[in-house]
Amino acid sequence: MDKILEVNDLSFSFHTYGGIVKSVRGISFDVGEGEIVGIVGESGCGKSVTAQCLVRLNPEPPGFFESGSIKYKGQEITTMSEHELRKIRGVEIGFIFQDPMTSLNPTMKIGKQIEEIFIQRKLYNKKELKEKAIEILKLVGISDVERRYNQYPHELSGGMKQRIMIAIALVGNPSIVIADEPTTSLDVTIEAQILDLLKDLQKKLKTSVILITHDLGVIAKMCDRVLVMYGGKIVEKGNADDIFYNTKHPYTSGLLCSIASLETKKNEELEPIEGTPPDLFSPPIGCPFAARCEYAMEICYETIPQEYKINEEHSTLCWLEHEYAEKVTLPCKKQYEKEAI
Amino acid sequence: MGKYILKRLGISLLTLLVLITIVFILVRLMPGDPFASDKLTPEIRQNLERYYGFDKPIIVQYFTYIKNILNGDFGYSMKYINQSVNTIIADSFPYSFDLGMRGLSVSISLGLVLGIIAALNRGKTLDYMSVIIAIIGTSVPDFIIGGLLQYFFGIKWGLFPVAQYKGIEYTILPSIALGFYTLAMVSRIMRASMLEVVQQDYIKTAKSKGISNFRITAKHQIRNAIMPVVTVLGPTVASVLTGTFVVESIFAIPGMGKYYVQSVQNLDYSLILGMTVFYGAFLVLANMVVDILYGVIDPRIRVAGK
Amino acid sequence: MENNEVLKKVDKNAFKRIGKNVEKMEAISRPNLTYWKDAWRRIKKNKAAFAGLIIIIVYVILAVFGPLISGYEYTQIDSSRMNQFVSKEHWFGTDELGRDLWTRVWRGARVSLLIGFISTILNTIIGGLVGGISGYYGGALDLVLMRIIDVLYGIPYLIVSILVMVVLGPGVSSLIIAMVIVGWIGTARFVRGEVLRLKEQDFVAAAKVLGVSDLPIIVKHILPNVMGLIITNLTMAVPKAIFNEAFLSYIGLGISPPECSWGVLAKSGVKMLRIYPYQLFIPSFFICTTMLALNLLGDGMRDALDPKLRGTE
Repeated sequence: MDKILEVNDLSFSFHTYGGIVKSVRGISFDVGEGEIVGIVGESGCGKSVTAQCLVRLNPEPPGFFESGSIKYKGQEITTMSEHELRKIRGVEIGFIFQDPMTSLNPTMKIGKQIEEIFIQRKLYNKKELKEKAIEILKLVGISDVERRYNQYPHELSGGMKQRIMIAIALVGNPSIVIADEPTTSLDVTIEAQILDLLKDLQKKLKTSVILITHDLGVIAKMCDRVLVMYGGKIVEKGNADDIFYNTKHPYTSGLLCSIASLETKKNEELEPIEGTPPDLFSPPIGCPFAARCEYAMEICYETIPQEYKINEEHSTLCWLEHEYAEKVTLPCKKQYEKEAI
Repeated sequence: MGKYILKRLGISLLTLLVLITIVFILVRLMPGDPFASDKLTPEIRQNLERYYGFDKPIIVQYFTYIKNILNGDFGYSMKYINQSVNTIIADSFPYSFDLGMRGLSVSISLGLVLGIIAALNRGKTLDYMSVIIAIIGTSVPDFIIGGLLQYFFGIKWGLFPVAQYKGIEYTILPSIALGFYTLAMVSRIMRASMLEVVQQDYIKTAKSKGISNFRITAKHQIRNAIMPVVTVLGPTVASVLTGTFVVESIFAIPGMGKYYVQSVQNLDYSLILGMTVFYGAFLVLANMVVDILYGVIDPRIRVAGK
Repeated sequence: MENNEVLKKVDKNAFKRIGKNVEKMEAISRPNLTYWKDAWRRIKKNKAAFAGLIIIIVYVILAVFGPLISGYEYTQIDSSRMNQFVSKEHWFGTDELGRDLWTRVWRGARVSLLIGFISTILNTIIGGLVGGISGYYGGALDLVLMRIIDVLYGIPYLIVSILVMVVLGPGVSSLIIAMVIVGWIGTARFVRGEVLRLKEQDFVAAAKVLGVSDLPIIVKHILPNVMGLIITNLTMAVPKAIFNEAFLSYIGLGISPPECSWGVLAKSGVKMLRIYPYQLFIPSFFICTTMLALNLLGDGMRDALDPKLRGTE
């Protein structure tokens, strides 16, 4: 499988009035062709900032790259000019935003907003543009396309707006689509529809997807590989099976124990992770999760752990893997539940 | 859309009726006496009062007045002998309208441009310059600007005529004096609105599509940023209109504003009444046009009004 | 795994399990700022707004004491000293009746500032009460009030003020009445809108569910949230009121001689413009700088009190 996106030791921070907020702190990952990679974590863990870094949508300034590189098909993104970035955005990397209510221009017709991607590039004439837009509208499952084409965003429902957002992200036929919590602001029933649509289109168009979510259920349904983020760092990464059934980081384990599934017994208690994530204004010197971690050791408060490889794909950022550490078995999904998820 | 316009029209007509009534009551409450002149014998005076209908009960006067307005008849001036209010308005309004339109169009277009330039160059010299112009514009009353322009450009440097309204060179100073405040206000609102819109999610969406900054500004930012400016157009027309009172008297322009100020000072009842109703109707109409314009620009309003 | 070699040297004791740390769990490392503290911090940092505040304070002091220190009465006519330019005896010169302009400028400031502040404060109180009650209680009362306000809002403000002035005759109290009679409508409209918006917010719903009665909800939840906007609105409205006073006096309706205001001074200044321009320039300077100072202060307050801009530069 060819790697089309490689991120290496990426750090991104923001200047604020009180000092620097380190939102992303030295993360590395890659995305292969036709793969769905999930990024999961609590609010404020740096997942959205990471996503927006990939096409440089974070405001710069106040945001800035402290270190690292992002290579898309060999091209370095972090140092690109606006002009070069425009050739990537939309046609190479598409983006689906979290809130479809505010992400569409209220004063522009749906059709226009979809076609716009090509207008810049002067590829098609007016008729072809409309054909393209109609085609993609049909593809994302919108009925009555001719009418929708001429409507304004406020005339559509939330789910329909998110379909339009997906259409906009896909119409340029990108190699990667980044979906930043695409279903967070939608009803559960609509959520399932949108996720199905996304997976379906991903298969049809052979696009890679980076799916950002705080919901492990979504990850389980969609992703081949998973990155678990906490405190601006990737604390565990691996393929979905490893993450769910051979959990190696207490945070991931905590996330797994805090979600309910159909298999959760009536009297079984869900275990929340107590406390809140660290403020990245001045991150703790040790492991960011130490304060909330029941397995925390002295060293966890003092030194950031290094990355331990479990296998070729699977790695974790935790002192528990150190040979001196007392061995523990972290609670995780049991194998027999596999089919149920 | 039709229903939306109809609703606006209804409110506008009601506003106008309330205005006419208020003005009518206030004018009847006014102290002083328009016929106070030594030359008038009591007999002539009585005739005049009968002629103007002052001997009838006030409620009758009111309905007579409404009837006359509906017929487009504002009666006769009490000070300018033998001149009907209609003639005075017809003679003077074109000057005021011309001046007002010049002031408005120049100030709104320049104000928009200035606001956009400032927002796009946020924090740079151009931004500071336009902010300074805007702040000066909103801080200097029109009678002072008028006086200063007249003194420097007219009297001291002799670049423009200081009074009258007879050709294009006569219109320049009064238009600037009249429009400066509006220009400043529009540029301030436009700047703030541009900076607000640029933070909206849909601008990020546009960016993620790989569209050029120029196109984002032109097609997404300006179109959405212009709404707050449209909402203040109504009050703006009103302020330009009252501005003409002052500017016309400074530059000795024979417009309606000058007559209005005089009629107030002379207690010329019928002229005050007629002109106020005319102004009121004009403003209510302008407000309605602005409301409709707003509906055209913002598709969301159209649906809400259905 | 060269790094691992180094780590092996780490003290074995460091791997003793100590578990969670409840204190650090919820640690917030940013400085804690209350709304008003943050607002004050930002207004202090805004040099223009701060300068505006100082100018206003200086003018208020001069308006109170200025006329007392010149040694002239503002009505004192001296036919031997007409239209004199700035001098040691007359710091701002004299007008066409030989009256001392310094004394008249600060006497005028007293009248203009007084009218500006009082009429604005009255507008805010009346408009705030009507808008607040209408917005909070809603229902039929709101419906009726809003229909009335809708209709009244379209009426040109200055024209009504002009007519009221004609009816009441010149004077400070007539000016205030003329400006308040329609001036509160704008405030009422916007306060109602804000209250309506806040009323729907979850924190108000939460308070209601907890059985908090109306008064504490208004005082603790609604008022603090609209206060910033009301104060900003008030600051922005003062220069408008001063301008309106000047306008009415300018067209001969506001203050009548011998009493004076800045509008009156500007009017007689324009009359003498061709020969004695300083008689317009001097009062104009004070009118303009007052408006400027209030506008800068208002802008600064708007930025400082906007909850959306909290914590930003």
